[in-house]
Amino acid sequence: MQKNLGAPAEAFVSVAKMDRHGRKRFFLVLALLILALHVLIYLNISLGSVAASRQEISEALRYPQPSSELSPEVTMMRDILWKIRLPRLVGVLLLGGALALSGFLMQTFFHNPLAGPYILGISSGAKLFVALLLVFLLSQQKLRLSSFGMILAAFAGSMMCMGFILLVSRHVDNASILVVAGVMLGYICSAITEIVITFADDASLVNLHNWSRGSFSGISWDHIRVMVWPILICTIGVFFLAKPLAAYRLGEGYARSVGVNLRLLRLALVLFSSFLSACVTAFAGPISFVGIAVPHLVKASLQSSRPLYVMPVCFLGGSIFCLACDLIARTAFSPLELSVGAVTAIFGAPIVIYVLLKRGKNGSEVR
Amino acid sequence: MNPANFDQAAKSNTGNQDYLLQAQKLSVGYKGVPLVEDIQIHLKAGHILTLIGPNGAGKSTLLKTLSRQLQSLSGCITLAGQDIAQMGAKAFAQTLSVLLTDRPRTERMTNAELVASGRHPYTSSLGNLGPEDYLAVEESLNLLNIQDLAKKDFMQGSDGQKQRVLFARTLCQGARVLILDEPTSFLDIRYKLDLLTILRQLAREKGLAIVMSLHELDLAQKVSDDLLCIKDGHIKAYGPADQLFQNSFIQELYDLPGSFNPHFANLEMPPTPGPCKVFVLAGKGRGIPVYRRLQQHGLAFATGVLHENDLDAELARQIASQLITEKAFYPISDASFHQALAALDQAEIFINALEEDDFGPGNARNRDLRDLALKHCQNPRSLRQVSPDLSDL
Repeated sequence: MQKNLGAPAEAFVSVAKMDRHGRKRFFLVLALLILALHVLIYLNISLGSVAASRQEISEALRYPQPSSELSPEVTMMRDILWKIRLPRLVGVLLLGGALALSGFLMQTFFHNPLAGPYILGISSGAKLFVALLLVFLLSQQKLRLSSFGMILAAFAGSMMCMGFILLVSRHVDNASILVVAGVMLGYICSAITEIVITFADDASLVNLHNWSRGSFSGISWDHIRVMVWPILICTIGVFFLAKPLAAYRLGEGYARSVGVNLRLLRLALVLFSSFLSACVTAFAGPISFVGIAVPHLVKASLQSSRPLYVMPVCFLGGSIFCLACDLIARTAFSPLELSVGAVTAIFGAPIVIYVLLKRGKNGSEVR
Repeated sequence: MNPANFDQAAKSNTGNQDYLLQAQKLSVGYKGVPLVEDIQIHLKAGHILTLIGPNGAGKSTLLKTLSRQLQSLSGCITLAGQDIAQMGAKAFAQTLSVLLTDRPRTERMTNAELVASGRHPYTSSLGNLGPEDYLAVEESLNLLNIQDLAKKDFMQGSDGQKQRVLFARTLCQGARVLILDEPTSFLDIRYKLDLLTILRQLAREKGLAIVMSLHELDLAQKVSDDLLCIKDGHIKAYGPADQLFQNSFIQELYDLPGSFNPHFANLEMPPTPGPCKVFVLAGKGRGIPVYRRLQQHGLAFATGVLHENDLDAELARQIASQLITEKAFYPISDASFHQALAALDQAEIFINALEEDDFGPGNARNRDLRDLALKHCQNPRSLRQVSPDLSDL
């Protein structure tokens, strides 16, 4: 082509090379995170209000079932590990990953790096519905609520708030106003939850109060058995969206123009992101800022927003972030336990502020 | 050519394959309310069709409907012989690609990655690029000469750079039909020209069919095979530029107060109203800067005697209040000379844009005109001479 004769030879760009570079970076980050995950798993198992030697722990780990062969100290440690720390660890792994992934999906959906289940009030909606259901069942003298019922209630609450946010987003084209509307919605839902809890004063609601502030404590194997399938199915389902999501980054017009089925993609995004966040809220209450902070850190470390890379790293990153925060919540003022929401807020909120400032400086981003 | 290939070639020549893009009795609009009705388009491979018309006439709406971004209200659009409503998303995207006026707001996306997103209809289910995709991306980066932008973040680029990157994305999709909504917006004049050169090159060498909207009539005239003029919900005209740019068609299309030169699609502000206080003696282009300065100062002027084919006459026809002309290739006649004298009589200011050796046999009488004027100027109350740069106005 006659136009290119003047271009200097070094101007040649190898797109394949750039692609390979991105892939290399992805695997490097993945490897580092897996390493960090191992360290955190080790710390979460071995640290706690009850101290134990490494030997005792490794021995206790070998006995999932109670055994008469064990010494009394090891038996106690075995109970702590297998009944408390391990299910909690697995729970945090699953829920943390789900939370970060849900945040990423919402950011992609709203084209807004500040979107997330907590800040848009979706978690609070889930919380409200779970609280209402619990109080209703208590008044009916039914004291136990199945985990599955919790998830369904949380999902219904999530969808209600998501519906409201979708309505708002249809009328305002301003990213910041959407976030403010979400925060307000969250306040309303939290206020109603508070009122419901106050009026239904009951000893068994102490747990509910703890839960409504966000906590991973009290997760049992039964809970895990219920949460593992929906979370895994959602996560795998979401990975199949990697390609259309990549096109969706350019906006709806361009996504449609390359053949993305927008209606289906949007439906899938809303359902998956709401459901993932509902799962988290059902078991751990509303956990703040993980959904924004983790995807942001992940994109920064990958130097890319390609969903195929971001999503797995996001899940892993969410797990790690929550494991670390939960570890701090449990051990910082042991035997007192902080709510994990407080810890995630301390580490997550500054990142959100940073994202806000960066958007402001960019100018073109703020509309 | 072996028989199998021959068969295929024969097949592709049947039916509506003559036209890559066709619209019949199409009406377009939003929410069931038609904005433009009864549109017919026939676009062959290698041809460029440009939509012109005032803002809000429905150019973008038509382009969005042609590219399936918007449902048509009625009528039929065929792409390479197929009804677009029946085409699969992938096949459609492989045949037709768009440049929209939306500016994507991306996050951590390099320009190369953005261009590569045009390969979506060809990539595997995970969206990984293959060797052919790399080649297509590199080719479109090269064609637009934006290799040096490849590794930069899309959001960091200027509006013009973004526009070029988005256009590269459109090309990279490898489609035979391009739909471009205001492809020249945000581009400086050099890149506007580059873009049009590339479009012509693509149409000529690769046989692409291109439909686009342009605001710049001069560019539309240079690049298009056909123009489609939309106004007041209808197609006002459809045809080559030299047929459309006649009489006052463009003035009426846009409700122009000024004037339009059909040869160069050149727009000028209307002449200053009021009596002519200035007479300009001009010719061979020396008058043009003087005319423009006078118009900027808000002074109505008369000019002459110019031959009809003089460069100055082209502009004077558009912005002078009075123009005294002579037939091309003829010496100045008595009639025009006296007309000029009359104009000079009315004037208070005389400007001589001509140099001594500009007076040849054709315009010899302009020298007499000058001498007469200068004589008048000796009495400053009746006429005053001002230099062509208006510095002593």
